[in-house]
Amino acid sequence: MKKYVADFERPIIELESQLEELKKAPSAKKSDFAREITYLEKQIAKLKVKTYTNLTPWQKVQLARHPERPRYSDYLENVFSEFTEIHGDRLYGDDRAIIGGFAYLDSHKVMVVGTEKGKTTKEKVIHNFGMPHPEGYRKAARLFELAGRFNLPVINFIDTPGAYPGIEAEERGQANAISNNLKILSDLSVPIISTVIGEGGSGGALALGVADRIFMMENAYYSVISPEGCASILWGDAKKAEKAADALSLTADKLLKLKLIDGIISEPLGGAQHDVEEVFSGLKSTILKTLDKLSKVSVDELKELRYQRLMNAGVFSEKDNLSVSQGIKILRGDTDENRSAN
Amino acid sequence: MSISDWFKREGNSSIKSKDKRAVPEGIWSQCASCKSTIYQRELFATDFVCPNCSHHYQLSALQKIDLLIDGDTFNETAKDISSIDPLKFEAKKKYKDSIDKAKRSTGLKEAIITGKGSLNGHLVAIGAMDFRFIGGSMGSVVGEKIARLIDMAINENLPVVITTASGGARMQEGIFSLMQMAKTTASIDRLQKKGLPYICILANPTTGGVTASFATLADIIIAEPKALIGFTGPRVIEQIIKQKVPKGFQSSEMMIEHGQIDMIVERKDLKLTISQILDFLSPAEVVYEKIRS
Repeated sequence: MKKYVADFERPIIELESQLEELKKAPSAKKSDFAREITYLEKQIAKLKVKTYTNLTPWQKVQLARHPERPRYSDYLENVFSEFTEIHGDRLYGDDRAIIGGFAYLDSHKVMVVGTEKGKTTKEKVIHNFGMPHPEGYRKAARLFELAGRFNLPVINFIDTPGAYPGIEAEERGQANAISNNLKILSDLSVPIISTVIGEGGSGGALALGVADRIFMMENAYYSVISPEGCASILWGDAKKAEKAADALSLTADKLLKLKLIDGIISEPLGGAQHDVEEVFSGLKSTILKTLDKLSKVSVDELKELRYQRLMNAGVFSEKDNLSVSQGIKILRGDTDENRSAN
Repeated sequence: MSISDWFKREGNSSIKSKDKRAVPEGIWSQCASCKSTIYQRELFATDFVCPNCSHHYQLSALQKIDLLIDGDTFNETAKDISSIDPLKFEAKKKYKDSIDKAKRSTGLKEAIITGKGSLNGHLVAIGAMDFRFIGGSMGSVVGEKIARLIDMAINENLPVVITTASGGARMQEGIFSLMQMAKTTASIDRLQKKGLPYICILANPTTGGVTASFATLADIIIAEPKALIGFTGPRVIEQIIKQKVPKGFQSSEMMIEHGQIDMIVERKDLKLTISQILDFLSPAEVVYEKIRS
């Protein structure tokens, strides 16, 4: 299988293949190349740091979509144990783009729900590239309510380009399937933790994203619209996606500054696929710590705080004055740090 | 020059009005749907419904309030909230310029007007969206105004009526706009848990983040005839599935056929229908009070 390489990673890959060539040289000649090999290795390490520590939003979008990036199913397998899948929405079907069920997180009993993209072509088709139909959201709704009744914290994983935009999806009420999930999650009686592990595409992501704590992987993105969609509407050219990605403030670091997410789970240099164990353990410890904190909060307080969190999302001016310095009410964390972030 | 030339219209006459959304100016206008020529005054009399084919023109937010609220009983609330540009968003146009332009051309401060008024004697909390204001898109201000409207309804025991027209979440405010979907939904949830009625009227067009949040959670969902209603707009769907969508796809008529909305009501019957539903859903004492007054 040909290795997927994003454009901006190409210089690194080229150096790496040169290095491979040198290393393949007959052993007699190897000593001649020793200096060059060490030089190249140093160059590669430098270039990697340079490339991956200054990623642009658009480059992060590419990493978020990287075909080798760990999927929800990988997290399910490596972070949780004894997963028991629960199928179907009991109305229409069993959407394979959303997978959910009971699992243990260490000793905690939890409900895990997430969007699955699949890795191989066959899997991608089965999981509809991670784009759920209404029956997927309705299955999730059923699992959320089940979790609420049996006091199971809900752990959501988000990795979706968005809700599936198709004729049947519209006919079966895609909009209502999503709005109903928002409604259920906003008043669910158990702790909810959502993590965007790859793509967080619009309302289709939010349908699993109303939570007490929201985390993002370092190279994930979360956006009101895909950069391509935004580019084609506001620039009249889908190729301006790079600019749109900049403008939309969709990366984890920007969203943390805007206080719309609670934390970032760090990834190894070059993306999660370069050291999956590190990523799994980072995510697991974050969720465990958060779960401990949330389980100490009473149900009423938990729901009230979640409600307040939603009410506080938004930035506007209370007077008819567009200047940023006056009369602005930044409801969510009205701090100097937050202001400068804007 | 022949005599018939005298009757030709020149340039950008009302017949060629590019803006299909608003009612064209002039004494005569041409229906955007059946192309018949209509005397403007007649349109005012029919609340902007074509007398020939009953095409429903888009109404501005104020026209919607005028249509539904009795006399001069409307009191606007939260009127001083306006958008800022939290992300310093700049595409072909700067977001700030888009807001300024929308303010100037509509005379509104945002894509929704909220307030309180009497609807055939029922005191209601009402919100009316205006598609002319950046496509009726929902950003922080629309979300906040809806949340405050619902807070008021909860505090004062009022039913809520919202009439929509929106392309969805406002891209220029990025994820802040996305969060308004969750915010408005959480508000509606509290309203409904308090047992207060919520009626939503979907006018042409209502799509995206508005349908996927507060609009489709109403106790009663009414649509105007032949309105475009859906989650993903038809053009985007066509791009993705690489085929044409069927005729009438995502119309009110298709939505009722698939069980997604409760009723289609013509504009002339809208106010009466809403007040009848409110008669039915309001607690007995409220209806009694109304009859007494």
